[in-house]
Amino acid sequence: MIEAINYSWLVPLLPLIGFLLIGFFGPNEVTDSVFHRRKKMSKGLAGLIACATVGIGFIMSCGMFGQLFGDEAVGEIFQVGKGNPSYTVHLFNWIHAGNFNADFSFLIDPLSVIFLLIITGVGFLIHVYSIGYMHDDPAFSRFFSHLNLFIFFMLLLVLGDNYLVMFVGWEGVGLCSYLLIGFWFKNTEYNKAANKAFIMNRVGDLGFILGIILIFLTFGSIKYSEVFDTAGSFPSNQAVMITITLLLFVGATGKSAQIPLYTWLPDAMAGPTPVSALIHAATMVTAGIYMIARSNILYTLAPISMDIVAGVGLFTGIFAATIGLFQNDIKKVLAYSTVSQLGYMFLGLGVGAYTGAVFHVMTHAFFKALLFLGAGSVIHAMSGEQDIRKMGGLKKSLRITFLTFMMGTIAISGIFPFSGFFSKDEILGHAFAYNKFFWLMGVLGSVMTAFYMFRLFYLTFFGKFRGTHEQEHHLHESPKTMTIPLIVLAVLSVVGGIFGIPEVMGGKHFLKEFLEPVFSASELKMLPKELSHSTEIILMAVAVIAALASIYSAYYLFVKNKNVPPADTAHINPVQKMIYNKYYMDELYAKLFTKPTDWLSDKLHRFVEIKFIDQIVNFVGEGVTWTSSQARLIQTGHIGFYIFAMVIGIILILLYKLV
Amino acid sequence: MNTIQNIHINHYILLSTVLFCIGVLGVLFRRNAIIIFMSVELMLNAVNLLLVAFSSYWGDAAGQVFVFFVMVVAAAEVAVGLAILIMIYRNTGSTDIDVLNKLKN
Repeated sequence: MIEAINYSWLVPLLPLIGFLLIGFFGPNEVTDSVFHRRKKMSKGLAGLIACATVGIGFIMSCGMFGQLFGDEAVGEIFQVGKGNPSYTVHLFNWIHAGNFNADFSFLIDPLSVIFLLIITGVGFLIHVYSIGYMHDDPAFSRFFSHLNLFIFFMLLLVLGDNYLVMFVGWEGVGLCSYLLIGFWFKNTEYNKAANKAFIMNRVGDLGFILGIILIFLTFGSIKYSEVFDTAGSFPSNQAVMITITLLLFVGATGKSAQIPLYTWLPDAMAGPTPVSALIHAATMVTAGIYMIARSNILYTLAPISMDIVAGVGLFTGIFAATIGLFQNDIKKVLAYSTVSQLGYMFLGLGVGAYTGAVFHVMTHAFFKALLFLGAGSVIHAMSGEQDIRKMGGLKKSLRITFLTFMMGTIAISGIFPFSGFFSKDEILGHAFAYNKFFWLMGVLGSVMTAFYMFRLFYLTFFGKFRGTHEQEHHLHESPKTMTIPLIVLAVLSVVGGIFGIPEVMGGKHFLKEFLEPVFSASELKMLPKELSHSTEIILMAVAVIAALASIYSAYYLFVKNKNVPPADTAHINPVQKMIYNKYYMDELYAKLFTKPTDWLSDKLHRFVEIKFIDQIVNFVGEGVTWTSSQARLIQTGHIGFYIFAMVIGIILILLYKLV
Repeated sequence: MNTIQNIHINHYILLSTVLFCIGVLGVLFRRNAIIIFMSVELMLNAVNLLLVAFSSYWGDAAGQVFVFFVMVVAAAEVAVGLAILIMIYRNTGSTDIDVLNKLKN
């Protein structure tokens, strides 16, 4: 039997090789014009390598998935137990110092395989799309090499079998997001956005590092299996467990853009659109969800942390959704919707719907990638225009984009039977069982999601064209490399729900069964709160009807009444203005953190640096100069003096020895 | 052996100390390089005397063997040192060590 799992190390290795090949041998926009080097590989070959490395990874992931799914009963060497397929692939010894052990090994279990499939599958489609989207960019090969590196680090993140390997990937995706958000580095604004993403993530990473250190101090290991086994015997709600989970959660808020560390994500739109799709759908922002889902047993043992996770998630979800209502940049709307959807996932994690959260990651990956790529296709056709107030009526000229974008919009709005419905419903159902208020707010958020998504959709594709004459003339459907990924993702967005049809609809929740081994320990510890089938049906109906009503109001406002959001200069009421300006969050952060830090560092520079540190350093330097200038005088060259000094020295040594 | 032991050890120590101090003072206060050389020899011989006396009292021949080594080294030193001194005298016309400060640079 061919063991796909034994070759799992190839899955991350291939994109890494792709990164090196394209990075070293691809055409380079800067150095090639300066040094007339020998002929480089063509753009086509660079794109092909990038896509192939990820594509092969996807095929292998499918193999691993099949193997995990198929041989639950087969007693393999690495297998932990029957019906609990989990393999450890040891690659090499990494850090062994004292009683600290961290090996470079991979853990292949249902959770990591699901993420593998999402990353390589959606990532592959985004790669293919990028060939068309980035075709005319002079930095084509730099783009693809960084894209491949991104995939590599993300795979490392989900494959590692201990927290340190996860951290390597965690930092790696941070680096790649920096490189890709600031991809057009000649624009200062874009560089600032890249810096912002990087620095805000560092804040979160500090929490994550402290969390890992505390895990090691508490459990004596950072290997998942050992940590979780030890943790299982801990009593609930211990202070150390709460601290660990909260520290880890701080890391997750950074990566997954939750309050208070979310403001980098909308700014990250500065990167090329496929990058936005990659960050938002398949990689990076899902890292926080993965980490908490992976550490589920720790969270289950700290119910207080669960409440905080759920609360922060819910608040972020609502908060970002309200900002999304008034945004006019097509990518910014999608960005806030990502923040909001991630809030839903954290809500799911917080109320114990671990499967639901992972399910939502999956369906979200489909429709968010689709929406971003669709937006990219629109921007492509509009020659770089991103303001939806200047679009309109695009459905005639962009047939495929229009249809696929519609699928994505319906899916994210949670309309039955599109994929978003099932995953969102599962989270909302658990939220209802946990706390009725959470559910209510969740539905409110979903109503807003439906509204702003359809607002975006109607303003872009319906009505009359509001752009310039040249743009109208230029309108065209995107090339095949861009539309085919759109179609594939649209199909996935529509049917993605079949992986988790709830029992009440007569389905078998396939994903739940598959992920059972990962979450079973948590489920045993949590008191199951089963909802009756009739309640579930009512909840679903309420959510769907609310979303439909909200879609109708969007239709009424933007199609029937042909409303268009006012221009930036127009006078709008203060509440609306406040929301449009994102509650002045960035300004608040600037006041709260940036200004005081600037002030403090200025003062430190003026008083501590110049008055103390500089003085001390200069004193040491001058002291050495003076001493040596004096000591130089001893060297006279007179033998008599030398001998005298020698004899005195010997006498002193003898005295010292005697006394 | 017995003749050496007929005299008390303290006398040997005293004699060699006096000899050594004369040597040290000679090195420190004389300016003629050849006299300094002789003073160094005096110090060496003071040590040799002490070595012989101690080895005799201790009943161990190792000390006397060391004396021969010291003599050999001193002889070699004199051979080299005198050669150098002759060369210095030829070049500068003096063996006064206060004139010889060429080591400075």
